[in-house]
Amino acid sequence: MFRNQYDTDVTTWSPTGRLFQVEYAMEAVKQGSAAIGLRSRSHVVLACVNKAQSELSSHQKKIFKVDDHIGVAIAGLTADGRVLSRYMRSEAINHSFTYESPLPVGRLVVHLADKAQVCTQRSWKRPYGVGLLVGGLDESGAHLYYNCPSGNYFEYQAFAIGSRSQAAKTYLERRFESFGDSSREDLIKDAILAVRETLQGETLKSSLCTVSVLGVGEPFHFLDQETIQKVIDTFEKVAEDEEGEAGEGDAEAAAAPAEQGGGGAGDQDVAPMEM
Amino acid sequence: MFLLPVSFSINADYFFLQFTIPIDNGDSVKNAEADSQRTLYPYVTGTSIVAIKYKDGVLMASDMGGSYGSTLRYKNIERMKAIGKHSLLGASGEISDFQEILRYLDELVLNDNMWDDGNSLGPKEVHNYLTRVMYNRRNKFNPLWNTLVLGGVKNGESYLGMVSMIGVSFEDNHVATGFGNHLARPILRDEWHADLSFEDGVKLLEKCMRVLLYRDRSAINKLQIAKITEEGVTVSQPYSLKTFWEFKAFNNPTAGAEGSW
Repeated sequence: MFRNQYDTDVTTWSPTGRLFQVEYAMEAVKQGSAAIGLRSRSHVVLACVNKAQSELSSHQKKIFKVDDHIGVAIAGLTADGRVLSRYMRSEAINHSFTYESPLPVGRLVVHLADKAQVCTQRSWKRPYGVGLLVGGLDESGAHLYYNCPSGNYFEYQAFAIGSRSQAAKTYLERRFESFGDSSREDLIKDAILAVRETLQGETLKSSLCTVSVLGVGEPFHFLDQETIQKVIDTFEKVAEDEEGEAGEGDAEAAAAPAEQGGGGAGDQDVAPMEM
Repeated sequence: MFLLPVSFSINADYFFLQFTIPIDNGDSVKNAEADSQRTLYPYVTGTSIVAIKYKDGVLMASDMGGSYGSTLRYKNIERMKAIGKHSLLGASGEISDFQEILRYLDELVLNDNMWDDGNSLGPKEVHNYLTRVMYNRRNKFNPLWNTLVLGGVKNGESYLGMVSMIGVSFEDNHVATGFGNHLARPILRDEWHADLSFEDGVKLLEKCMRVLLYRDRSAINKLQIAKITEEGVTVSQPYSLKTFWEFKAFNNPTAGAEGSW
């Protein structure tokens, strides 16, 4: 995408019918670190890659609980994401207070999309630079939605956003048809495997990813590091065994994949506010 | 809840006074004006509502009377209405406030339907919405002068609850409003049990309504019974109860105490 004379204002159309500022906002989403969501009929899993500014700092929080039955994972400008999460929490709790009943996730998503649309039609505003994967329950079961800075929203069986999400999407595309009937455990495993795809060879450790689950009869919560590591061990061990059989001797050395340095170098192009 | 006037400049006083609570400050003019904006007394009132949970859902009974003080002025008032797909609302108290509540709920149900997303308002949601409305009005010293009974069935679960004009709200297996609290509740406490059949439920309600007919002076002998089940709401045609006035004690009522005093 190159600079042109129609991209200064969000309220300026290009002659080909595009709003470039909105498209640039969607680029910001692509720069953030990956977030992945998948759902079965009764559960939704949201997972993301933990990225820290530097080795000295803690990692950015990218998954938020909106209510017991709704969670959101973000990619892009985390500050925008935090503000929108606060809005979602507010909507959910107000609905709960008035009706003593959980806000259907589909309705929350529409409110969110309408809020984003406003920013694409005011000259004194800018679009939100964050993509949101909203997972939640309503009367018809579990749902996963993607909310875009453009104000569009789509429902998905599984989706990934952020940098190197294409690798995860390819993995999910191969497997998504079985997700509907997946068990909760299989869904979590698939989520972590999808996260591994975005790491492109980096060792998958539980400290590198955050995983959250919600479902029918199961309120939103994060999985602790131990549980995640156990799931990782089930398939990393299989990989180790295979390599051990293929070439004798240093099964452990062969299993140790590429260094973390590869992951770090890629971050230098990312602006500090984007995670 | 208040529809604010379109032009603030012309109606500035009206806008200001709607939120003024009259106090004993000696300003009788301002107080009188403020008073005319809030509900102080009910005028046309409906009497008791009695409702019970039964095997397939909820049964509710009410008469069709609207009293104007001590005059039994209106005899064709339906005090029970279906709300959405899953709920039934019965009201005692000021009839015009009941009609106002129906307008609010109409808007609520309309907006819920417009979503068209497979989610719908159940009786629990409607009951809690009404609780919020009633309590907020009470806090502004401008109550909706009703006691509401909300019954319904959704996803196989029956629901029955009540909200009063001061916002007191609760759920139970059987409820009654107005005189029904004193006359019908004792009967229900003794004779209600879970999984009543439709016939037994109606018999029980008729028993309560008969006692109310004998003893509540604002009751009339023209009642409706409404039923709500998973399938929906049906409100019966109005009918009357058989009454018996040949009790020996009625024959010579002053037998034990002749004379004017």
